[in-house]
Amino acid sequence: MLREEKWLVSQFPSSRSTTPLLLITSSVCILGCAFLSSASKVLCCYPVVIVDITLQIKIPTEVKVSVVIMTTEVGSETEVKKDSEQLGPDKAKDKPEEASETPGDQKSKETFSGEAQDSSVPAPTNQSSPSSQKKEKSSPESKGISRFLPPWLKKQKSYTLAEPKDEPKKKATGEEQVVEESESQALEGVAQPRKSLEEATENRQNAKAGDKEKHSISSAEIQPSKEDGKETEVEEVAEKKEEKQEEKEKRETKEVQTAEIKIDNVPQKSPKKIKTVQCKVMLLDGTEYSCDLEKRARGQVLFDKVCEHLNLLEKDYFGLLFYENSEQKNWLDSSKEIKRQIRSLPWIFTFNVKFYPPDPSQLTEDITRYFLCLQLRQDIVSGRLPCSFVTHALLGSYTLQAELGDHDPAEHSSDYISEFQFAPNQTQEMEEKVAELHKTHRGLTPAQADSQFLENAKRLSMYGVDLHHAKDSEGVDIMLGVCANGLLIYKDRLRINRFAWPKILKISYKRSNFYIKVRPAELEQFESTIGFKLPNHRAAKRLWKVCVEHHTFFRLLSPEQPPKAKFLTLGSKFRYSGRTQAQTRQASNLIDRPAPYFERTSSKRVSRSLDGAPMGISDQGLVRDFSAAGGQAAGDKIIDLEAAGQAKLKEGGREEDESPLKTPQLEFTQDGKVEYEEEEAQQKRHASRAEGPCTGVSDADKSSHETLDIVEEKKQAEFGIEETLVVDETNKGKMQVATDAGETCKVEHVSKKDSSSLPSDSSSSSSSESEDEEVGEYHPHHRAIEEVIREEQEEEEDMKRKEHEENTQHVEAIPEGSKPVPVEHTQVTAEDLVQENTITVATEEKNLSEQIKQDVGEEKEEEQLKLNGDVSHVDIDVAPQLICCSEPPVVKTEMVTISDATQRTEISTKEIPIVQTETKTITYESSQLDGNAVGDTGVLVSAQTITSESISTTTTTHITKMVKGGVSETRIEKRIVITGDADIDHDEALAQAIKEAKEQHPDMSVTRVVVHKETELAEEDED
Amino acid sequence: MARSGRRRQPMGARRRRPHGNVPGGEPMGRGRAAGGAFCSASAGGGRASLAPLRRPRRASLASLSAALAARPSRPSPPSPPRSMAGLGGGLAAFGRCTHAVVRALPESLCRQALRSVAGPEVDFARAEREHQLYVGVLRGKLGLQVLELPADESLPDCVFVEDVAVVCEETALLTRPGAPSRRKEVEAMKRVLESLNLNIVEMVDENATLDGGDVLFTGREFFVGLSKRTNQRGAEILADTFKDYAVSTVPVHDSLHLKSFCSMAGPNLIAIGSSEAAQKALKTMQQMSDHRYDKLTVPDDAAANCIYLNIPSKGHVLLHRAPEEYPESAKVFEKLKDHMLIPIANTELEKIDGSLTCCSVFINKASEL
Repeated sequence: MLREEKWLVSQFPSSRSTTPLLLITSSVCILGCAFLSSASKVLCCYPVVIVDITLQIKIPTEVKVSVVIMTTEVGSETEVKKDSEQLGPDKAKDKPEEASETPGDQKSKETFSGEAQDSSVPAPTNQSSPSSQKKEKSSPESKGISRFLPPWLKKQKSYTLAEPKDEPKKKATGEEQVVEESESQALEGVAQPRKSLEEATENRQNAKAGDKEKHSISSAEIQPSKEDGKETEVEEVAEKKEEKQEEKEKRETKEVQTAEIKIDNVPQKSPKKIKTVQCKVMLLDGTEYSCDLEKRARGQVLFDKVCEHLNLLEKDYFGLLFYENSEQKNWLDSSKEIKRQIRSLPWIFTFNVKFYPPDPSQLTEDITRYFLCLQLRQDIVSGRLPCSFVTHALLGSYTLQAELGDHDPAEHSSDYISEFQFAPNQTQEMEEKVAELHKTHRGLTPAQADSQFLENAKRLSMYGVDLHHAKDSEGVDIMLGVCANGLLIYKDRLRINRFAWPKILKISYKRSNFYIKVRPAELEQFESTIGFKLPNHRAAKRLWKVCVEHHTFFRLLSPEQPPKAKFLTLGSKFRYSGRTQAQTRQASNLIDRPAPYFERTSSKRVSRSLDGAPMGISDQGLVRDFSAAGGQAAGDKIIDLEAAGQAKLKEGGREEDESPLKTPQLEFTQDGKVEYEEEEAQQKRHASRAEGPCTGVSDADKSSHETLDIVEEKKQAEFGIEETLVVDETNKGKMQVATDAGETCKVEHVSKKDSSSLPSDSSSSSSSESEDEEVGEYHPHHRAIEEVIREEQEEEEDMKRKEHEENTQHVEAIPEGSKPVPVEHTQVTAEDLVQENTITVATEEKNLSEQIKQDVGEEKEEEQLKLNGDVSHVDIDVAPQLICCSEPPVVKTEMVTISDATQRTEISTKEIPIVQTETKTITYESSQLDGNAVGDTGVLVSAQTITSESISTTTTTHITKMVKGGVSETRIEKRIVITGDADIDHDEALAQAIKEAKEQHPDMSVTRVVVHKETELAEEDED
Repeated sequence: MARSGRRRQPMGARRRRPHGNVPGGEPMGRGRAAGGAFCSASAGGGRASLAPLRRPRRASLASLSAALAARPSRPSPPSPPRSMAGLGGGLAAFGRCTHAVVRALPESLCRQALRSVAGPEVDFARAEREHQLYVGVLRGKLGLQVLELPADESLPDCVFVEDVAVVCEETALLTRPGAPSRRKEVEAMKRVLESLNLNIVEMVDENATLDGGDVLFTGREFFVGLSKRTNQRGAEILADTFKDYAVSTVPVHDSLHLKSFCSMAGPNLIAIGSSEAAQKALKTMQQMSDHRYDKLTVPDDAAANCIYLNIPSKGHVLLHRAPEEYPESAKVFEKLKDHMLIPIANTELEKIDGSLTCCSVFINKASEL
């Protein structure tokens, strides 16, 4: 049980200088604490129980020592604390000495500490550095937890409540022995939910912030608690990493510590129930990962845990699946609470590739490729990815090479292959072929073999195609395949149509119908809408979501914001909130860690882990399942025994708000040309807009709207579908007008600022989506113009050429000033004939108090972080290189200017040489700081600008000092212009510039890099 | 069950095959990154930004110009492969071949061969001369091993071997020709392909018809023309036979076959006729494909049927219709600077709807020898 556990030993200064306090924590719980003598010998150690919001050490004497810090300020405690201290003050003081005096005792303690050190990561270092922390990753099994809990722990509740009497003293002595005897047991008591630690931390931090709520808890604790459960549940969620960061910060300032002590003591008597649920995740190598999650955890929490377990950094290509039944797989939305998504299904997930990278060789790490290989092997064996005989054999041979290494005639007897599965129908002949090919791969490393595997697999026509059953308008069975490029339509095995993303203007669904609105073909005037009938409404929605996600991931540079909530909007507001491929590639370019070691597991195992989770197990069933194995531990784990009763309350009653609104199929109303023009206009405006900033005010505004929106939605659902639809349609019109206006506004706003320094849009992605909207809409082209991934208008290449020509036209026209030119074109003008890189490196320094201030505003900020659509949060505590790679959202925008239709007609397109103008803005930034930047307006203290020039670069350094709420912040912005022709490697120059910036200001961090690339390319003459 | 044929145990199974050939062993050149269609030329310069930082910028510009270069007369120069991950043999494998199967002309073709339009009678002697020239080029000039099947007088169309077999890599699909009178042509082809140790799949489904002339293999995917001779079922069986590749269907109305007005003129280059029907079919193909092909538009539909081969010692080889027949189209071909151009007259067989590709089946067995 403990094998996989990583322990963390944190050291704290103690009131006795000779006896620093050690906290030994696992990923799941705090195992114990110990006092160290000066010789680093353990004086005594105690198991720790996490109760309510604080860590609490149970010391046999019933004197409670606040775990976190043990400094002097005990005087300022609450009465409650004093009470308890009075109960056994002597014992408390003597405790450490006692321990050291008892040889036997001490030995056992040493054992404890020894064990702890062995398994804690680099234990010695940890002991010397108080703040050293470590991200734990592990998969504790929760079975049998209670078996390992020492009796005192089980009875803990009664203690907390009963101890203010004199009884404890006696009992305590007894307990002490128990504790000592069961030290090893205590160690194994690992399986207490890790969450509880996090929660505790979080609570502390909240408390530190002087939150009123805490006080209510502290009072609650005096009267044995019942309400606190409620209270505390309100605020869990927060990401572990952040919490750790908090923790660290806390330790850095003394004031904070004192504050903590108070809080820590306060809740000692208010045991809190922490609801956790056990999750199982089937991994790609066929193994199973299980962990405990807070019941209200969002999908991201689980996903992050799994990725951490797998040591996977390029995780955006992956996702977690849960099966509604054996056929219907759903992707777990990481931005939403798990329990809302899986409803009454068991918490069993499958870790899968969600977005198949079209070019796996561009993945940064071998480990990522390895997981992709595992996925593809599954796909192949299950028949989802059809291959010819020869390809089966070839891929199989690479699999062998990766897993077994070079073919060894001695070792690999004739039938060594039949243990592996390469194909759905594997024949002797195929195995022979595989063996034969295996011999030819001699010398390939596993990573190379994987790469070769992928190079071949990626060319398979069904690679990365997610198939959905549907019927066309005539009721003919077809398959809709969603892939990186667009939507494929299959009839049987034949591709009968294909809609590339650039061709699709709108994706929507209504009940069980799925619609795509397609850009008009070359000679046509109107776009057409094509409808497909899905088996049911959920299938339609699922397909729609997959489309939205694929489009966003592969075509956009940054995720689109969820639609702005307007009064009475209907339909799903779902949007993909993770990183896009562009972002994840950028982020992975920053990965700077030695290639992680991982073991390739045999594909012998793969065969058995195919399609999915067992079905039809109810929540309770699962619970029972686990309890059978592990005794008391169950799906809902309750630390507070008193609350155990409540735990039995089935949490199942999830809002089954799926109102079966079955109405006669309604015709899809086509918005017609108006909307299309609307979009054109918007595109135009979008063209040079980096990302509109969103102020906090509008956010708040938005969210309030959204709340309203839900209410409205539900109401309407009750009324029935017809009314809903009417509203829907009227709405559409309104919405667009409104949006339009909004956009205009933004553009103006943007044009005033330097576009490169704009923060990324942090508007709300509040997950107020109800699972069962009847409709959903998505306009892939809303922002399509910002994409790097330029539209491939295959058959309209002439048109494309025209566009380029128009670009030229604009560029040329502006200097003359002869034409009214849209604002956004000005930027393009600036550098007409040079290729230019503008790099703005903003470095930012924050002092400590700033961070504390951040703490205070934690709740707010947290929200902002989530809103930002930044899925992975910066983990301050991990090693520096990890910071690099999780440095979040890399936003890239490509601006291609396309003029509107009227202008197009005016320009004669024939004679103008083709000029390719490319403008690219890459923004790396830390969303965390972003939130501040947007929200706070500080007072400018000083600003200076320095300019320096070299042959091909111009560097402008802009230093500003700001005071925001008593905190000073220095910001250095460097604007580096690299000018030159194609011979300069701009990417290298960029990397160099960033590096230099980092070196120049080692004490600061790069928070944003905006790359503004402008390329001019004269096309060769036409013949 | 879609596949009605059976797969023979190939005796060559023990032989090593170049792993690069599978699947899609076509060159990755011309500035296309390995990412397949999505990342392909259509993304143009824009996609450079997606590439890792270290990738030189210039490369992406190259791909951009390639993307914009899809003009008819533009040559498609071979460029070095970019993708390293790849596949040794996969490089310029498209068009590689070692063997060609042809069949002699039966005299009966003059009067009995199927023809879409009545017209002047075939001059058999001239037809034979032209065909000998054709075979001579393959054998003598290009050094292929030409397997020439004897004529069968009872099968007037037997010279058009292309229609009875589709060979891709090591798998051969024996078709069920749309014209019932031609079904027996398959037998001789079957024998010769068996002798080459190919995996052979036979189309025995009574409802399926497929003429090889309707099958355009681009190196990345198949397009199957749905014509009078080829139906959906036939296309399905083809898709089941060549599972690695996407198989898209293209309606063909005005011509006998899909390849009556198009063919591959290079690894990524589709030669296409100028007729409305041809252009429409090309549009369909472009729409269906994840990949973006360059096109070579020639004025005459018939001239768009040419034979591209990649012969190790010769490089890109293109057999195209002679300038005497289609002068305007020949001029277009002549702009392909990197191709070794071999004009071939086909005046007689054209009268019975024969085109250049019709008369041969190419097989690449080089790897095993």
